[in-house]
Amino acid sequence: MSDQENQIPRTVPIQSATFSSPVNAEIRRAAATGIYDIRGGGAKRKVPHFDDLLFLGASVSRYPLEGYRERCDTSVTLGTRYAKTPIELDIPITIAGMSFGALSAQAKEALGRGASAAGTSTTTGDGGMTPEERRHSTKLVYQYLPSRYGMNPDDLRKADAIEVVVGQGAKPGGGGMLLGQKISDRVAEMRTLPKGIDQRSACRHPDWTGPDDLEIKILELREITGWRVPIYIKVGATRPYYDTALAGKAGADVVVLDGMQGGTAATQDVFIEHVGLPTLACIRPAVRALQDLGLHREVQLVVSGGIRSGADVAKALALGADAVSIGTAAMIALGDNDPKWEAEYRKLGTTAGAYDDWHEGQDPAGITTQDPMLAARLDPVEGGRRLRNYLKVMTLEAQTIARACGHNHLHNLEPEDLCALTMESAAMAQVPLAGTDWYPGKPGGGY
Amino acid sequence: MPTYDLSTGGLRGLNEALHAVSGATPNEGWTVLNPMGSHAIAVGLDAPVQVTVKGPTGYYCGGMNKLATVHVEGSVGPGVAENMMSGTVIVDGDASQYAGATGHGGLLNIKGNASSRCGISMKGIDIVVHGNIGHMSAFMAQAGNLVVCGDAGEALGESLYEARLFVRGSVKSLGADCVEKEVRPEHLDLLADLLDRAGAKAKPEEFRRFGSARTLYNFDIDNAY
Ligand SMILES: Cc1cc2nc3c(=O)[nH]c(=O)nc-3n(C[C@H](O)[C@H](O)[C@H](O)COP(=O)(O)O)c2cc1C
Repeated sequence: MSDQENQIPRTVPIQSATFSSPVNAEIRRAAATGIYDIRGGGAKRKVPHFDDLLFLGASVSRYPLEGYRERCDTSVTLGTRYAKTPIELDIPITIAGMSFGALSAQAKEALGRGASAAGTSTTTGDGGMTPEERRHSTKLVYQYLPSRYGMNPDDLRKADAIEVVVGQGAKPGGGGMLLGQKISDRVAEMRTLPKGIDQRSACRHPDWTGPDDLEIKILELREITGWRVPIYIKVGATRPYYDTALAGKAGADVVVLDGMQGGTAATQDVFIEHVGLPTLACIRPAVRALQDLGLHREVQLVVSGGIRSGADVAKALALGADAVSIGTAAMIALGDNDPKWEAEYRKLGTTAGAYDDWHEGQDPAGITTQDPMLAARLDPVEGGRRLRNYLKVMTLEAQTIARACGHNHLHNLEPEDLCALTMESAAMAQVPLAGTDWYPGKPGGGY
Repeated sequence: MPTYDLSTGGLRGLNEALHAVSGATPNEGWTVLNPMGSHAIAVGLDAPVQVTVKGPTGYYCGGMNKLATVHVEGSVGPGVAENMMSGTVIVDGDASQYAGATGHGGLLNIKGNASSRCGISMKGIDIVVHGNIGHMSAFMAQAGNLVVCGDAGEALGESLYEARLFVRGSVKSLGADCVEKEVRPEHLDLLADLLDRAGAKAKPEEFRRFGSARTLYNFDIDNAY
């Protein structure tokens, strides 16, 4: 018998699904450094999302609107409940709060320019208001965060709305993080902190806890600003029914609900991937909370976390949101993770599309950095133009869908326009599984 | 001397009237009657006006104050002078939690005791407490001076940044990263000035100073790459 015939068949090497190669690499990294992985961005794992929903479009029972000619409005007014001067937006897509510190001053300016050109608002972040962004944002929402970095009544009075941040979808229950590399002189001064420290923001407001205090805090902010501007409450998606109900009861004009795919400038990977609810899962409970209080449409609901296209906008609105907010997508529109910087991403040990070490301040695209040389790569005027174009495309896409469903305003989209591709998404969105009239948990559905 | 009766005029009318005072009319004195624990009294003032509140207030009295002097002839609820930028807030009685929280400037002068989390996250304000302060005071305090003529509760200065804490009496315990530091001549001068401005009888030499050990400023990484 030849040697070959003698060989006993062996099992092929099988990689463990549990101890996969990324898991093992992370164990080795943790063992070498003694520190958890910190990164930017949102959850990278796959969770049920808007992609799992489809629009039904018009049919015999519903007629469509003429795609290019018939009117389909996109405007939205935020803060109609108590504010003397609500925020009137041309499109239901706003720019989410991203801090100066996490982003360069040029990037903040570009966001302001793009949002203003598109007729929408932009938002400050955990680091105060810069004059550049105020100057270039026709409508600027001023965040009131646990850290209160840079918080001052002058900027408060300059704001077009105030957003009390209770939490973020990427890290509900956690505060911001800005590592030493990005604490430049200007950032340190605005935050009243020593230069170069690894700065971890508070996770809880220093002077109130719970919904009863929140009501008084809102009263104070309204008294300071003469009841002029709307007050938003931003929460990470965890208990959307109760959080929305409590925010509404505390007197909010607008509730901003941020799902787990929502980006962050920097936090622990374990936090991003393992805490919070997918965006899709939190919209219906929040809408129900407002409906139960008789506040749906009186208190506006803004949804964020993984919004990328006009289809996502249309789906969020169909589920009952009044508007959406974008962070990551706006950064990509400015040039974040652009393959044209691939050689530099490689030097940083990553690749275009996967770059998330935003906390290290070495962003080749010059967006998540305080390094003057890198930041100079982003031209705020060009960035603003790109963002405006992107916002315009999203709006046109959402209108395309709304017209196909027969609606003359994006807000007329409704759950009945949707079906779900999976059991999970059917259950979360409470719309029928495609081709059926059933979804898990449907009242009287028998399951 | 305008007098405003909160029980008949309402909160909105009071704050509106105080906001209408401009820098052009300095030292105009306002008296607020019947505060009866109302919240958000004299918040967001932006001119050198003098406001005397005749009785106890609720939450956030003098919140975000700039330039004004707010004198409460009574005790105050949580968050008195929160995020104050400048000016003076004087409390004749005791203060509840979070007194002077996140304050950036000005002087908060509490003649009685202050409860827990006094000076939390303070960013440059000066706070003088004639009595004692509660637990977790000066938590994450970033800048400014907290002077306590009495005793301090547990976990004083937990996760402290660059604020300076001075205590005359006992300190129940120090929070993480808060340590006792030497009192140098410049601190005695600072104390003398603050005690004088607050009308406190204590002597600078009687105080101990506490500050940040700065060991939490950066992550502890075994093998940075
Ligand atoms: C770079 C960056 C910085 C952020 N900074 C803040 C912040 O300062 N305050 C805040 O409330 N949320 C912050 N967020 C979260 C956004 O406001 C928003 O909730 C999130 O980006 C929405 O999800 P999306 O990124 O999938 O669009 C930040 C997000 C990013 C990507």
